[in-house]
Amino acid sequence: METIQDLIYYYSQNGAYVWHEFYRHFLMSAYGVLFAAIVAIPTGIVIARYNRLSTWVISLANIIQTIPALAMLAVLMLVMGLGTNTVVFSLFLYSLLPIIKNTYTGICNVDHALLESGKAMGMTKFQVLWMVELPLAMSVIMAGLRTALVITIGIATIGTFIGAGGLGDIILRGTNVTDGTAIILAGAIPTALMAVLADLVMGWLERKLSPIKKRKGSLKNNIQEQAA
Amino acid sequence: MLKFDHVSKVYKGGKRAVHDLNLEISKGEFICFIGPSGCGKTTTMKMINRLIEPTEGKIFINGVNIMDSDPVQLRREIGYVIQQIGLFPHMTIQENISLVLRLLKVPEEQRRTRARELLTLVDMTPDYLEKYPHELSGGQQQRIGVLRALAADQPLILMDEPFGALDPITRESLQEEFKKLQRKLDKTIVFVTHDMDEALKLADRIVIMKDGQIVQCDTPDEILRNPANEFVEEFIGKDRLVQARPNIQTVGQIMNPSPITITGERTLSEAIQLMKQHRVDSLLVVDELKVLQGYIDVQMIDQNRKKASFVREVVDTEIFTVSKRALVRDTIRKILKMGMKYVPVVDDKHRLVGIVTRASLVDIVYDSIWGVDDLSKIG
Repeated sequence: METIQDLIYYYSQNGAYVWHEFYRHFLMSAYGVLFAAIVAIPTGIVIARYNRLSTWVISLANIIQTIPALAMLAVLMLVMGLGTNTVVFSLFLYSLLPIIKNTYTGICNVDHALLESGKAMGMTKFQVLWMVELPLAMSVIMAGLRTALVITIGIATIGTFIGAGGLGDIILRGTNVTDGTAIILAGAIPTALMAVLADLVMGWLERKLSPIKKRKGSLKNNIQEQAA
Repeated sequence: MLKFDHVSKVYKGGKRAVHDLNLEISKGEFICFIGPSGCGKTTTMKMINRLIEPTEGKIFINGVNIMDSDPVQLRREIGYVIQQIGLFPHMTIQENISLVLRLLKVPEEQRRTRARELLTLVDMTPDYLEKYPHELSGGQQQRIGVLRALAADQPLILMDEPFGALDPITRESLQEEFKKLQRKLDKTIVFVTHDMDEALKLADRIVIMKDGQIVQCDTPDEILRNPANEFVEEFIGKDRLVQARPNIQTVGQIMNPSPITITGERTLSEAIQLMKQHRVDSLLVVDELKVLQGYIDVQMIDQNRKKASFVREVVDTEIFTVSKRALVRDTIRKILKMGMKYVPVVDDKHRLVGIVTRASLVDIVYDSIWGVDDLSKIG
């Protein structure tokens, strides 16, 4: 009980600070994913075209994924120094695999018959990509972004070790004091909340962008009315 | 309008899909490519819009070598329908139909009107325009697939087994609809199929291919009458060859030899039961020697069931008959002119030997148009 009271007290005293770190944390994750998307989506499209490249690129992204987060930060820190940019860069690296993989899968899974009919109707290669492949792969690509965002929100907490700030700061402070449970929770709860929220929002977007659209109820009703 | 000049296609690895093909197709013609799988028919068709490029030889459309025109532009001027239908699931029916128009940068308003107009061709209501493909049945989807190929009013349409994936009933009705549509719109159509019935039904000319070469190229009638060699004969099937001979001339050949009959000594309730059992509304009345006496029908039984109890008391002896040796065409004319539902067929001694019903007529008409029905079903 006491812990919860402590927690509430912490929030009431440091509300602005927690919000500031929350925002900072989110931005780091979002930038990481955004930059990764800019690189990984085109890469995914390219390797879907040239299948021979796909094994190489995906293996490389796999290797990046296996490096422990702390080790990655330490190594990057040696090159890039302390600070936010290093964290964003490592988040970028971690986001590559899910986005590349999903883009690749999404594009490869577009029905071959659709590509053929697109081509046969006189679409240029770019039109096939833009009007057929991307819209149909969009929900799978979004699922990749969703995974990436949730992963990066988790990893960004470690950023505190190289002075990047974020909610990790609060957690670390909690571990350094005696009886810091409330402070650890004060950092951990918003992190978890952010991950869950991000997952929900991205999940909603994913469904929104799904190629098979359910018609709106109102439209259906209209047609039924006309029929009646 | 379409000309193949010594066209060959050799795939990587040396497989010769099409070998030295020469063919000329005139405007408005419906050409069916047919042959066993791997005979090069699809390759031949896909070379027309350069989905596959010929290794040797030239293909001309209206005198222009297709290799000289831009492939994207070329394809926009040729309609294309595939077996897998290939409607885009993320676009509405309206967007799907007018996609080529969109590629040709036709304004939105015009595209909408055109899509609406095309839908009426296949008797679908405009409220389908806003639906998505997955909300339509397979047959409706392929109708849209065909409309999509007509949208830009392309003079030439390529079809790759378009009705192959549909169930037999839908296929039948789509074939009919499409044939009508083709006559109306006067398109040149290159149609690939492996279904001989379909080819015989639709084509003006059939091109039978084997191992990348044309075995025979002729009208359906001509192919049925004079198959070029054993391969063609086998491919068409013996049944169809038998029927193609114009041998259905007398009533005896088309009649149903086992009409439902009753003798005059039976009771009316027995007659009713017999009708019910065979699902007919009238019976032919004969004596022991099968000599035709007349007929009774449901109405007569109904009117007389209180006064009479035996068939012979109500039988109507005024009945029109034809001889077994009468000519079919005369009989048909009589049946149609006199509005009769059926005609009993009798031999010289007025003995009942069969019956010609309107269903038999349908069979004859079907046979003479398509030439594909099974003879045993009629005779």
